[in-house]
Amino acid sequence: MRSVSVDLNHDASLLIDIPDALCERDKVKFTVHTKTTLSSFQKPEFSVPRQHEDFIWLHDTLVETEDYAGLIIPPAPPKPDFESPREKMHKLGEGEATMTKDEYTKMKQELEAEYLAVFKKTVQVHEVFLQRLSSHPTLSKDRNFQIFLEYDQDLSVRRKNAKEMFGGFFKNMVKSADEVLISGIKEVDDFFEQEKTFLLDYYSKIKDSTAKAEKMTRAHKNIADDYIHVSATLNSLSADDSTANKNRYLSSSVSLQKVEGRVASDQELKLTELLRYYMRDIQAAKDLLYRRARALADYENSNKALDKARLKSKDIPQAEEHQQHCLQKFDKLSESGKKELTSFKGRRVVAFRKNLIEMAELEIKHAKVSSTLQPTCVRLFVYS
Amino acid sequence: LQLEEDEAKDSFDVDVAVTNPEKVVQFKDTSLPMFRSKAFTVRRRYSDFLGLYEKLSVKQSLLGCIIPPPPEKSVVGMTKVKVGMDDPSSVEFVERRRAALERYLQRVVSHPSLLQDPDVREFLEREELPRAVSTQALSGAGFLKMINKASDAVNKMTIKMNESDTWFEDKFQEVENEEQQLRKLHALVDSLVNHRKELCGNTAVFAKSMAMLGNSEDNTALSRALSQLAEVEDKMEQLHQEQAASDFFIFEELLADYIRLLGAMRGCFDQRMRAWQRWQEAQSTLQKKREAEAKLLWANKPDKLQQAKDEITEWEARVTQYERDFDRVGMTVRKEVLRFEKEKAKDFKSQIIKYLEAMLQSQQRLIKFWEAFLPEAKAIA
Repeated sequence: MRSVSVDLNHDASLLIDIPDALCERDKVKFTVHTKTTLSSFQKPEFSVPRQHEDFIWLHDTLVETEDYAGLIIPPAPPKPDFESPREKMHKLGEGEATMTKDEYTKMKQELEAEYLAVFKKTVQVHEVFLQRLSSHPTLSKDRNFQIFLEYDQDLSVRRKNAKEMFGGFFKNMVKSADEVLISGIKEVDDFFEQEKTFLLDYYSKIKDSTAKAEKMTRAHKNIADDYIHVSATLNSLSADDSTANKNRYLSSSVSLQKVEGRVASDQELKLTELLRYYMRDIQAAKDLLYRRARALADYENSNKALDKARLKSKDIPQAEEHQQHCLQKFDKLSESGKKELTSFKGRRVVAFRKNLIEMAELEIKHAKVSSTLQPTCVRLFVYS
Repeated sequence: LQLEEDEAKDSFDVDVAVTNPEKVVQFKDTSLPMFRSKAFTVRRRYSDFLGLYEKLSVKQSLLGCIIPPPPEKSVVGMTKVKVGMDDPSSVEFVERRRAALERYLQRVVSHPSLLQDPDVREFLEREELPRAVSTQALSGAGFLKMINKASDAVNKMTIKMNESDTWFEDKFQEVENEEQQLRKLHALVDSLVNHRKELCGNTAVFAKSMAMLGNSEDNTALSRALSQLAEVEDKMEQLHQEQAASDFFIFEELLADYIRLLGAMRGCFDQRMRAWQRWQEAQSTLQKKREAEAKLLWANKPDKLQQAKDEITEWEARVTQYERDFDRVGMTVRKEVLRFEKEKAKDFKSQIIKYLEAMLQSQQRLIKFWEAFLPEAKAIA
């Protein structure tokens, strides 16, 4: 079910997956299953229950860790959102009296399928997050990551402590200031100059495409729902007809409905999810650029401070030390940043390729299925 | 009562087409020896079509025929066209009206009795038709009013008809149920058409966005693939447009036509009731005349007696006439209903086949588009 990223889970030293999950009212409980040959873990195989908030805690602690400032932190999985199918289910319940039993059953089935699709999607996106971490040479060794995987108690206590410690201040800062800072900084390195231009532009384009793709798949879904109602009414219209006629209408309407419904959900998975995921990933890359820009700003400030100290002949050693520290930090960030951004490019291209191929193949497959169904229906009508 | 249907294997070869609609409609037909030539064209206004319908209704519905109703007036639609607006909704309106007028005429000429009607012949053949005047009644609301007036008359009947033959009652119920279902279906298909149009818009917008993304992409092969994807989505938009037209012109308009036709059918059932009513009223008038005669016999007024006897004879004739009329209308209604059901089954069948075939063609083109795209996606490196 890995629709977005390429196979991450192939390093046998640390294999992670989410084999199942439970939906309890508003909360989803994921079972995180780990198989490892690493001695840093207590057992070779184990499972723990985790909630969405635990994943967010893990993501945030990684973002806040100074040592990882030069890495692209995999984007946090979005919160499970059952709002749409839940609202539809509610509307369906209200409108039950106005529908035929057949119609109601079909709508309910469609909604249950939608629920399931949302569910599968959220499991997948949480799984991919963990697998991105486990396949990263540095992040896979993170202590908190290990705790997340192994700790067999409730993580909520730790989560509360973390909130108090960081207060989410870093995140707030990043969100409001990054665009200005990144574009304002004077870049000396060609590589980063190009990356900056590219990522800023690409981000706005992919954000736009994601929104447009979502609208497109929503329209498809509406059509699929319409066909359910249309076919139900057609069926009740022909209820008094001969059996042959009934079957004719039934089969043609079912085929129409299946095709539209299927197209909607496949498109969702492949294209829209792909765009959505990489939009978030590019944001994570932008965050890296921001951190580097800030480090550069710090370095430039430390230079100014050193000059001032020399002028005043005061506190020169501290200023020199501070300047060195800033320079080291900046160099380290630049070095690892370059590596990360290069591999990110490759990863993105591979993922797009995989998903575009799969999407085209699915479109062809469904069209072929429906084009064999339709002549059968036509024949049924012609020879009546 | 087993009515045998005239197995007239469509010896009619009247083909009516309505083309070039602007303010005036023009049509041509190939036809039978009863017409003066094989093929001819006349120009007609929309109001001429309404005028024809009015003439036919007045004459034929009394006999229990189902007269196909023409498409409704639309002030908004026509105003836009008159102003000369070129937008897609005006174009669609004009096409919609043209197609509806064509179907209307085709239904009229495929009805054996109506084809014989001199007004129909005049409509088809005469160079210039006198301007039809009183067509206000035939707007959508007017037509409905006519139908309801007939129903009201029926409902006001104090004597309830004692149906010896439940066929009419059962059929009427069937017609009402079917009309209800068709209305529901029509509303659903309308929703489908609107969603399909929405999908068109969304797909076009998405295609543009994809093209922009492709331009931004720095990997050459991926950039090309994304641009190709944008082109495929553009083609998909075209397919969706065609599908929306198919949804509307083949499916939705079919339902709209039959909702109106079922209304016309209800109208002719009501006409039969009116005929019965007339007969009953004549019978009660006759009864009164006989009672008056008896009274006069007692009062011994010989001069008034002759008048009374004359009136009785007159009303006896009327009663006989109205009874015959009622029976005849009943027979016509049965024949018409059977014919209508056959036509409807044929109509629905042919339209659904058309709809499915259009969809099939669409699917096949879709396959070609995506098969052309696949190598581009595979070429990404």
